[in-house]
Amino acid sequence: MKYLLVEDNLELAQAVASRIRLDGHTVDHAAKIADATAFVDTGDYDLILLDIMLPDGDGRNFLKQHRARKNLTPVIVLTARSQVSDRISLLDLGADDYLTKPFDHAELQARCRAVLRRNAGSAQSVATFGDVEFDAVSGLLHVSGRAINLRNRELRLLELLIASKGQVFSKQKLVDRLFSYDDDVSENAIEVYIGRLRKHLEGSKVRIVTLRGLGYRLEHDN
Amino acid sequence: MTTKVSVSGSLRNRLVIILTGGAAFLAVILYVAVRLLAAQVAQQGQDNILNASMSSVLDTAVLRDGRVALDFPYSALSMLTTDADDRVYYAIYEEENLLSGYQWLVSPSADASDGTRFESMAFEGDQLRVATGARTLIGPNGPRRVFVSIAQTQDALSETLNASTRNVALLGVGFFLMSSAVAIWAASTTSGQMRKLATSVTRRGPQDLSPVSKPVPTEMAPLVGSLNTFMSRLDQTLTRSEDFIAEAAHRIRTPLATVRSHAEATLQRVDREENRKSLQAMVRAIDESSRAAGQLLDHAMVTFRAENLERNEVDLAALLDELVIRMTPAAEMNDITLTTELDRPAVLQGDAILLQNAFRNLIDNALKYAPNETEIIVKVTSAPSFVVSISDEGPGFEDDEVETLSGRFVRGKNMVNKVGSGLGLTIVQEVAAAHGAKLTLTNKPEGGACVTLSF
Repeated sequence: MKYLLVEDNLELAQAVASRIRLDGHTVDHAAKIADATAFVDTGDYDLILLDIMLPDGDGRNFLKQHRARKNLTPVIVLTARSQVSDRISLLDLGADDYLTKPFDHAELQARCRAVLRRNAGSAQSVATFGDVEFDAVSGLLHVSGRAINLRNRELRLLELLIASKGQVFSKQKLVDRLFSYDDDVSENAIEVYIGRLRKHLEGSKVRIVTLRGLGYRLEHDN
Repeated sequence: MTTKVSVSGSLRNRLVIILTGGAAFLAVILYVAVRLLAAQVAQQGQDNILNASMSSVLDTAVLRDGRVALDFPYSALSMLTTDADDRVYYAIYEEENLLSGYQWLVSPSADASDGTRFESMAFEGDQLRVATGARTLIGPNGPRRVFVSIAQTQDALSETLNASTRNVALLGVGFFLMSSAVAIWAASTTSGQMRKLATSVTRRGPQDLSPVSKPVPTEMAPLVGSLNTFMSRLDQTLTRSEDFIAEAAHRIRTPLATVRSHAEATLQRVDREENRKSLQAMVRAIDESSRAAGQLLDHAMVTFRAENLERNEVDLAALLDELVIRMTPAAEMNDITLTTELDRPAVLQGDAILLQNAFRNLIDNALKYAPNETEIIVKVTSAPSFVVSISDEGPGFEDDEVETLSGRFVRGKNMVNKVGSGLGLTIVQEVAAAHGAKLTLTNKPEGGACVTLSF
């Protein structure tokens, strides 16, 4: 999927962008409203992440213009303010959702997914791996003609494994990616989700391989 | 926020007192003046008749054989007949000698004037009015002076006077009452103008700092002018401080977000347990501080709005629907299902922003403590009264905490490792109090916490 990140703080933009790329998505970065407008005009984005305070104006104005031009690309606002009235006015202006800085990346992903699901049809979200088709937005897994509705953690786990095909993931890393930091989760919790995914993938050529002492890897037979 | 204003008297009362006082004074003057005038006129009437009667007697005086003779005409007495049967006395003198009548009535005075003299005197407890006239008859033995006095009691006169006094008194009271009514009306309309201004200012929402544009009377213009100036200054200050808070939040939260994102990204690359632990601690600390800052701001906002409660129609069902949609992504991260059971519509009078904030805090709490892959039920019943309940399948409350948890910065005992500020339930409690609702924390018999707001 293709994201446009509008954020004037370079450090934050880099951190967020690299984190989004880690999930296997493409990100363009605009530091000003003018740049953002140019990007939106030329590129076809699935989602826009918008900061509110920008050097050449208020992100809300960009939002207003964006909606006035009947651009349907969903927008998630990254705001530093947390007052409820502010959030409400953001939604009134046509933002699809908002997230208060600093934010949990997993929550950002969850919100992106929810927004894309609500704007169904606009996003290219189907990934193919071996004989398995997987739609990360709707959470549907197609295995040999069956459509399986994945739970959220199963979905994120599979998304992770598919996005970095062939890479080995340690249990630790998977815990970091799937659970928030205030959950006290043992690494064995991962085994539950790996077990469930394996069950879903039965009958396909795709397998989750355990590499003793290292972690898991997604493979498929040709 | 209603502050006590030191009050010294009421303009309206002062006006009423001054105006009715004036009316009372005028009524008394009116009464006295009309009464005096009436007495004078009545006296004049009696005097005229007495004069006529006296003159008709005096006119008959002639000198016969050097002696004074009078022919007392009948009409002289009949003209003095009154309804009150007033008694009539007379005295006729020739020089100092009483010819006929009552000696005590008058003593012929030495004055030689021919005019009629009127005087009042008391006789046997009656007031008498006496008219005395004199005439000089020229005879062969020189001039002889004849004096005639006619007196009449004043019963009829005082009866007439009493009657007119009653009427005058009625007139005075009527005048007083009518003037008082006019005074009260005038005072009320005058103070009504001010009350109108006051209500139009009071009725505004807490955010409305626009100048008063309705036309006001000239006398109130300076006050309204200063009020407008004051409000525009307040508005500026508020806007400036809002901008300042926004700017400050932006400056603080953006770097925090950067640190958090970097820490999170670094976590993906780091394998050593101690490094991972410190990075996780860092992320947790950032979450803690940003959440606390957010809650503090929210709390300030809630306190402000609760004190200046704006009541509009709010549909609880629609509000919770929207909220659940917004919070579903956060719930999905832990595979928690948010289920709604809503009686719709559930419309009550309240502040939507406050209610939304309270419900968000409650659902937030439930999300924090509910185990993975469980259900949180958000429920609204509208009969017999509005009840919103949010129940989870988490550990529930400790029995002894139920009373204390809504206190400021108080956190539950089983909340180790959970990010929180301890302000959530305080906010809910304040919103509930502002809406006259009751916050109840219970544990469900089958386990799990249930938080109820009964309106």
